[in-house]
Amino acid sequence: MSLAAGYVLGLAAALFAVGAVGVLVRRSAVVMFMCVELMLNSVNLTLVTFSRVNGDVEGQVLAFFVIVVAAAEVTVGLALIVNLFRLRVSTDADQVDVLRA
Amino acid sequence: MSAVAQAVQTPTIPWAAISPELVLFGAGILVLLLDTAGGNRRTSAAVAFVALLGVAGLVVATGEDVAAAVPVVIAAAAILQLALALALSRRPRLLGAVLAVLGFAGCMLAAAWQWWAATDGSLVATETLLSGTVAVDGVALFTRMTVCVAGIVTVLLGFSYLEDRRVHRGEYYPLLLLSATGMTLLASAADLLMVFIAVEILSLALYVMSGFAKRDLASQESAFKYFLLGAFSSAFLLYGIALVYGAAGTTNIAAAGRALAGFEVPAAFGIAAVGLLLVGLAFKVALVPFHMWTPDVYQGAPTPVTGFMAAATKAAAFAAFLRVFADGLAALQWTWVPAVGVLAAATMLAGAILAVVQDDLKRMLAYSSVAHAGYATMGLLALSQEGTAATMFYLLAYAVMSLGAFGVLGVLERRQRKAIAVADLRGLGQRAPLLAGMFALFLLSLAGIPGTAGFMGKLAVVRAAVDADHIALPVVLVLSSVVAAFFYIRVIVAMFMEDEPAELADVPVPASTGSAAGLSAAAAGVVVLGVVPPAVIDLAQRAATFAG
Repeated sequence: MSLAAGYVLGLAAALFAVGAVGVLVRRSAVVMFMCVELMLNSVNLTLVTFSRVNGDVEGQVLAFFVIVVAAAEVTVGLALIVNLFRLRVSTDADQVDVLRA
Repeated sequence: MSAVAQAVQTPTIPWAAISPELVLFGAGILVLLLDTAGGNRRTSAAVAFVALLGVAGLVVATGEDVAAAVPVVIAAAAILQLALALALSRRPRLLGAVLAVLGFAGCMLAAAWQWWAATDGSLVATETLLSGTVAVDGVALFTRMTVCVAGIVTVLLGFSYLEDRRVHRGEYYPLLLLSATGMTLLASAADLLMVFIAVEILSLALYVMSGFAKRDLASQESAFKYFLLGAFSSAFLLYGIALVYGAAGTTNIAAAGRALAGFEVPAAFGIAAVGLLLVGLAFKVALVPFHMWTPDVYQGAPTPVTGFMAAATKAAAFAAFLRVFADGLAALQWTWVPAVGVLAAATMLAGAILAVVQDDLKRMLAYSSVAHAGYATMGLLALSQEGTAATMFYLLAYAVMSLGAFGVLGVLERRQRKAIAVADLRGLGQRAPLLAGMFALFLLSLAGIPGTAGFMGKLAVVRAAVDADHIALPVVLVLSSVVAAFFYIRVIVAMFMEDEPAELADVPVPASTGSAAGLSAAAAGVVVLGVVPPAVIDLAQRAATFAG
């Protein structure tokens, strides 16, 4: 017995939407960053599902690349957030407003 | 042992196809090695020397199918870097800058050699290598050249600026070279997987470079915003790639385009895939309404980095945009041409109108770069060889003029040690006529005055759009240019027709060899592309081919 691919794709789409809305409405830099990670991982789920449907491994290979890239992004992103925090003593993205017209 | 060797089939890698990237990447690693070595720089250079000779020996020994000159070139590079490292062992920053310039020059030579070898100089070969992931075609060549020109000028303009701001740390040059590696790779990516990886390579390095002034809040904020929105847009791009893979069963751009156009994919599915790809790429090239990161990021980043982002990143992102949409998805044009047309019109108008109300010059140039992305998109919308050539020529012209404009801003920031507003430029015409004259030249070119590179670029995209029966867009371009000209002229008036404020009377304008050379090169580019463009336009025309 196997789960219909449509359900998994729907779940992935829902997770992607949750992540996208999260980036737009949450204010903490770290939580926004976590939402981006959620979006990337929902794409991984989509890729693996399609890989199963299409019957080849290309999607799984792609998912591995995404995981590696996401890990690299974490290192750079957290370094930037930490440095910003050291200057501002806050990770509230609403206070990041030196630059505006 | 031999059984294992037989069982494991080793892939044949066409090294020549990725030689420009290898040169840039190698230069980046070399600079990083020499920089982190500190006092042991000579030892490190010796290690790199032996390693490079080893590579040359390996090329000879394995008898890879390459030109006989390759091992000689690698050996020459080994000797050159050793000599430079010994000569400049007490000036590590200068060593990094020189090696970076040599790396960019080497990348250009490798690309030129690749083309000469593959096509007997006709520049129209189209082939994809590495299992169809890397395209060796005209678009890749032309964009690589644009990126390398931008890289060389950036190194020249940045040296004194970074010294003066006390942020001239050694990792700057490796990051610059690595981001350029990502850009050249993006220009030649023929597979959506490669597009994603190249985008990430260039972005990760640029995030760090935007935040290079570690104690400056504006710079950190710029890096943080760039990072968050860059990652956000990458997720959209990636979701689009996943849907294309699901619908077409492949991530190869050309094959996926054929599959999506050919057989009955559920329409909603295909449109969702195309829409997500469009959102992802529109973020990268900064089309309205996906431009909102641009002003903040450009304003906060160190000025030479801003110039590099405006010139090189735009060129590379447009190359991918062209390859995915104007080539891969050309058969599906009914799904995306109207949408991109609306985006382009909105971009041209919003960019120009928002630029007019800015007082900070860097922010004004950021909005101007948004408007220019709209102009360049017109060539893409023509969906013709002429249109592709027009976009590529436009991006080269924009690269030289924006690098020049940001370069002048960098010199002025060094003078006043603060962000530059229009009022700070009063009287610059008398104080430093040459600098003010060059700034006026770059601004007139950005405005699109005849005789400059900007005018020729606009002419090319308008001609391509009219030939493709897009009549509304050229009208929007003219309207946008009229609005934008207002701001450029306002700056020029302030420089030449107003008196210098008293507090600036005895502040000297800093001069340095690097910025003088960089600005002269950019000004020469603007004049050459503006006065005798046929040679370059012809090159772009011949280069406007995609590997199938």
